[in-house]
Amino acid sequence: MKLKRYRFAVAALAGSALFGLTACGGGSSAGTGAGSASSAGSAASKTEITLLVDNGEGSVKAANAEIAAFQKANPDITVKLSTRPGGGDGDNLVKTKLSTGVMEDVFWYNSGSLLQALAPEKSLVDLTGDAAIKDVDPSFLPAVTQGGKVYGAPWGTAFGGGILYNKDVYSKLGLTVPKSWAEFEANSEKIKAAGIDPVIQTYKDTWTSQLLVLGDFYNVSKANPNWATDYTANKVKYATDAAALRGFEKLAEVKAKGWVNRSSGSMTFDQGMKYLAAGKGAQYPMLTTVISNLPPADAAKIGFFGLPGDDAASSGATLWTPGGQYIPKTSKHIDAAKKFVAFVASPAGAEAFTSAVPPTGPYLIKGATLPVDALPVAKDMQAYIDAGNISPALEFLSPVKGPALEQICVAVGSGQTSAKDGAAQYDADVTKQAKQLGLAGW
Amino acid sequence: MRGTTKRTYSYWFYAPAGVVYGIFFILPTVISFYFAFTRWDLFESHWIGLDNFRQFFSEQSLRSSLRNTLVYAVTTSGLKVVLGMMLAVLLTSSIRLKAILRALTFFPVLVSTVAVGITFSVLLQPDFGIINTVLAKVGITGPDWLGNPTTALLSVAAVDVWKGVGLATVIYIAGILSIPRDYYEAVEMDGGGGWTQFRNVTLPLARPATFTVILLSFIGGLRSFDLIWTMTGGGPGFASDTIASVIYKQYQAGFYGLSTAGNVVLFVLVSIIIFPLSRYFNSREVDL
Amino acid sequence: MSSRTLSPAGRARRLGVEAISLVVALVVFVIPFVFIVLTAVKDEFQSSDLTFAWPTSWPVMDNIKQVFAARDGMLLVAFKNSTIVTVVAVTILVVLCAMVAFVLQRRPGKVANVVNALILSGLIIPPAIVPTIWVLQKLHLFKTIPGLIVVEVAFSMSFTILLYRAFIASIPRELDEAATIDGCSGLALFFRVILPLLRPVTITSVLTNSVFIFNDFVNPLYFTPGDENATVQLTLYNFLSQFSTQYNLLFMNILLITIPPLLVFILFNGKIVSGMTSGAVKG
Repeated sequence: MKLKRYRFAVAALAGSALFGLTACGGGSSAGTGAGSASSAGSAASKTEITLLVDNGEGSVKAANAEIAAFQKANPDITVKLSTRPGGGDGDNLVKTKLSTGVMEDVFWYNSGSLLQALAPEKSLVDLTGDAAIKDVDPSFLPAVTQGGKVYGAPWGTAFGGGILYNKDVYSKLGLTVPKSWAEFEANSEKIKAAGIDPVIQTYKDTWTSQLLVLGDFYNVSKANPNWATDYTANKVKYATDAAALRGFEKLAEVKAKGWVNRSSGSMTFDQGMKYLAAGKGAQYPMLTTVISNLPPADAAKIGFFGLPGDDAASSGATLWTPGGQYIPKTSKHIDAAKKFVAFVASPAGAEAFTSAVPPTGPYLIKGATLPVDALPVAKDMQAYIDAGNISPALEFLSPVKGPALEQICVAVGSGQTSAKDGAAQYDADVTKQAKQLGLAGW
Repeated sequence: MRGTTKRTYSYWFYAPAGVVYGIFFILPTVISFYFAFTRWDLFESHWIGLDNFRQFFSEQSLRSSLRNTLVYAVTTSGLKVVLGMMLAVLLTSSIRLKAILRALTFFPVLVSTVAVGITFSVLLQPDFGIINTVLAKVGITGPDWLGNPTTALLSVAAVDVWKGVGLATVIYIAGILSIPRDYYEAVEMDGGGGWTQFRNVTLPLARPATFTVILLSFIGGLRSFDLIWTMTGGGPGFASDTIASVIYKQYQAGFYGLSTAGNVVLFVLVSIIIFPLSRYFNSREVDL
Repeated sequence: MSSRTLSPAGRARRLGVEAISLVVALVVFVIPFVFIVLTAVKDEFQSSDLTFAWPTSWPVMDNIKQVFAARDGMLLVAFKNSTIVTVVAVTILVVLCAMVAFVLQRRPGKVANVVNALILSGLIIPPAIVPTIWVLQKLHLFKTIPGLIVVEVAFSMSFTILLYRAFIASIPRELDEAATIDGCSGLALFFRVILPLLRPVTITSVLTNSVFIFNDFVNPLYFTPGDENATVQLTLYNFLSQFSTQYNLLFMNILLITIPPLLVFILFNGKIVSGMTSGAVKG
């Protein structure tokens, strides 16, 4: 009994020690916002601002690197980091903090449709034309703009959504990156003939099923540049728009042609990445950002191309914009907060980010470059941006997104539902969402 | 005497339990019949009539959850009855090691459903899971149990039986042990063997136990959520969604009115099956 | 069919049945647990194979430490939360349900019929989830440990009352009357005389309810979302995504949270089974 209690104490101690470590880096966690606003003013010469980020490993690492670099450049300002949970809990926490006026001076949060849900015109500082966003690439701004006003600056990198492919398999079979869906089909047949699974799908983690649909948005917007606006206004639908339906059709086709790995139904995302790196599967519809989960040697083997459309002449990629940094109107140190935001969204800030987290996509910051030894996926994505062949993903352009897309995609991708029916089900899902939330015009 | 009854067995004894039960069980059940007809964000509700139910029955994926719920409940309770009965007969026979075998079958009942779900998800994995590895040794290519729409629901049901058969067995053991030995001896006297004993004595006289097992596992099966949620999340696609998992998904999406409508559907389904069933069983028990 | 009358052939057959049932039981019921234990004690690299291979190294303590350290020591908080919820809820259940069952059994009549119907409904009707959240929110109990406790109590009440009612039926009524003559009445009679007599069924109800509440996944999922009020089953679910690369830690976590019910099982095996059978069949 004594021994048991001793061991328990050791485990508890180890737990608290580690807690101490992360808390040290992360600042004392969430609840500090309320106190900091009043206590910060007391240090006369030195301004202290607070920063709230999600508790993901990458975010915390990046935030610490940015803070260290920023404090070096601005010795009169200190930044205190707090963390919050990710996912739905994090969303609620951010909303609560904003509405009760206890939000940190700067917080990092999604750009795009999730930002729209924060009612930025009421709660966030307007940064339109502000010096804080002078280095920001204009392609980022739509994701943080509402009613013509800009509310945020980017942190970290953008990433692509399309196909991750195993470069070794491609070079061994003498394949080139496909520019059209027909080329993709030809490649896949050759890969299959070589005894390798052409397409990896990992439906056990349902979110991974959506990439063939969401990543196809570049091609949709190429066919109709106003698609996102029309979609929000309930004028176009997935099932009835030929270009939009293509994504669902591609999802059904990879299954029907027997290109998908046999155990797709119960493979997890993590297993899928290993499967790709090991060359057992050649192409994985995915986001480039996930590459950081692989060991560097494996990550160097993986390249990226945008989901091919029907026309080889207009090939491009769908872009997920970086997360945003925002300043609440309730902040007592708006000037210091702006300085910090400007720093993170500057070439120096990008450099600090690179030092902490290997970039998996380009920075949307003017003058910020990827390091020479950047991962292939980041360079591949940068090439699309340099050529101007990109479109932001739909979720950055329209607040309308149904909750069941993941499951519908799995149903289509595993052959239970036809592409047409799946698209119609998703349209109904979106309508349901809009109605349940009482959106206008639906 | 009446005065003593009133004082000794005061109805006030009901009060504390009644308050908790009334506020946290009865009240939500009653108001669910209002909120099921509304669009509701937990703060405000707008009356929308039958829209939620129309939505529920028009959406193919929600409709299939009704069928899945019934399939799941029938399969699990049926298997629990048959296997539980067989195990109980075995464990009340004259074999040795009874204690160990009883303990082994009962232990899964005590392990958390989530732990069981995670473990079996791995064991059922098609490429390296133990089940398909063993099948491959004898030359069978096992299916992707949880990833294939046709096998997913039944695979989860099988794990449910694995976890719950111990309880059914215990109930049957009690039922069988309460059968007077004379009945068996009478059959033996007439020259009846083991099978005759089972058919003419055990089966009819263990009927109360059968009713209990059916009722318990049927109620559990109709409401089942945790095992399905940890093993398949209702997938692949919507292939193993049950009403309870749909209720959760609608709740997650913030469709509180629709989720509550799902609750009402489940309520009605359980009631129209279980209440008549239990009345029927009760009447049969009186006959005996 | 007693063993004395067995012929040699019958004995051989019995041996065969014994051997087969033991092997089947071992394969069906033990192998999954062997897998949990084996995976839990392996290192990260080997555990990712998810096979039954014998561990090449034994980082047992290391795995335990890492599981407890993950997510700022969430598992420890969860153990604390689960223990509080289980102990408090079970205590309340025992007292409240024994009281109800006592009067219910002793004083039949119209009121008792209504109460019986309500109890039966509680056993059968699925709880209305979102309305319950709404009620909890109005009472400022949503996302709190006390909120989870009252919900667990309310949802387990029917079963516990039935368990007690069946047992109280076996206590002679003359006993109450004798005590009443001695001057004990009402609450005093119940707490001094009746409740101590209910010890056997109290043990059963404590064990079954504590295992059930400790293992509960659904109610914490709905009524205490968020990290700070997580219970052990929820950590497991949360860790599922986090440990997708570290199966050794995932299964160490499973192993750790299976230990409390395992202990309960080992210590009280016979009692749970016998108590449950009498309750279930009579009830």
